[in-house]
Amino acid sequence: MVIGLEHYVILSSLLFCIGLFGALSKRNAVMILMSLELMFNGVNIAMVAFSRYITPVLLTGHIFALFIIVVAAAEVALALGIIVALYRTRESVDVEEAASMRG
Amino acid sequence: MLHSPALITSGDIGLAVAFWVLAGIAIASALSVILVRSMFRAAIFLVLTFFGIAGLYVTLEADFIAVVQVLIYAGAISILLIFAVLFTKDVNRGSTFNKTALLSFLIASLVFVSMVITALTTNWTISAEAAPATTIGALAGALFNRYVLPFEIVGLLLLAAIIGALVLVREK
Repeated sequence: MVIGLEHYVILSSLLFCIGLFGALSKRNAVMILMSLELMFNGVNIAMVAFSRYITPVLLTGHIFALFIIVVAAAEVALALGIIVALYRTRESVDVEEAASMRG
Repeated sequence: MLHSPALITSGDIGLAVAFWVLAGIAIASALSVILVRSMFRAAIFLVLTFFGIAGLYVTLEADFIAVVQVLIYAGAISILLIFAVLFTKDVNRGSTFNKTALLSFLIASLVFVSMVITALTTNWTISAEAAPATTIGALAGALFNRYVLPFEIVGLLLLAAIIGALVLVREK
């Protein structure tokens, strides 16, 4: 059985949806961060697979994946700062307890 | 690798085996990240997922992206995440679901089914060209010619993120 583009796209959507489920259903802010990383990785697989099968010489998807990795690194650094600030004020990283801004 | 089914070579079989093994590792450890109760084990499974995905990049002939994946994701980002895990009070049983877990599962499955249907029904224009043997030179050329403006902007973004993180964690 020859592996084609569809295999990679379905794999990437499965990883993305596992991450989506975690991001929506976890109470712990660090777990939400990890689920976001899973979603980023799912998107990156799709980008590189499209690049391999549709534009193998231009490498457009590789450029996209590189920029996504940079943005993900910036996002993790900032999110960690927010989690540290949250922990300082509330002694907890449970996002349900940090819902005081809710109307 | 885009032969007709009649021309399956041993390289195709090797690629298929590598794909299924790596995809299995990536999916199983991604599920474990979500399902285990221990935060620390979830972080370790996340590192395993990152390594599996790096292997999948190798099967896609994306050598530079695979190295970047290991260096930045499995190296730097997972260290940051494990550092964040140590901030949580209940590391061993801290990963619990909230009240909307069932609804979240329904939403995620709906998104997954719609994406699979889209992937299977779209008529992709598969290119017959072979991938270059190494991507590093071509990537550097693209990054510093055609994509030089996004490259500079992303440098600014990283600088802003560093300053923002420092401001956030600074003691008052």
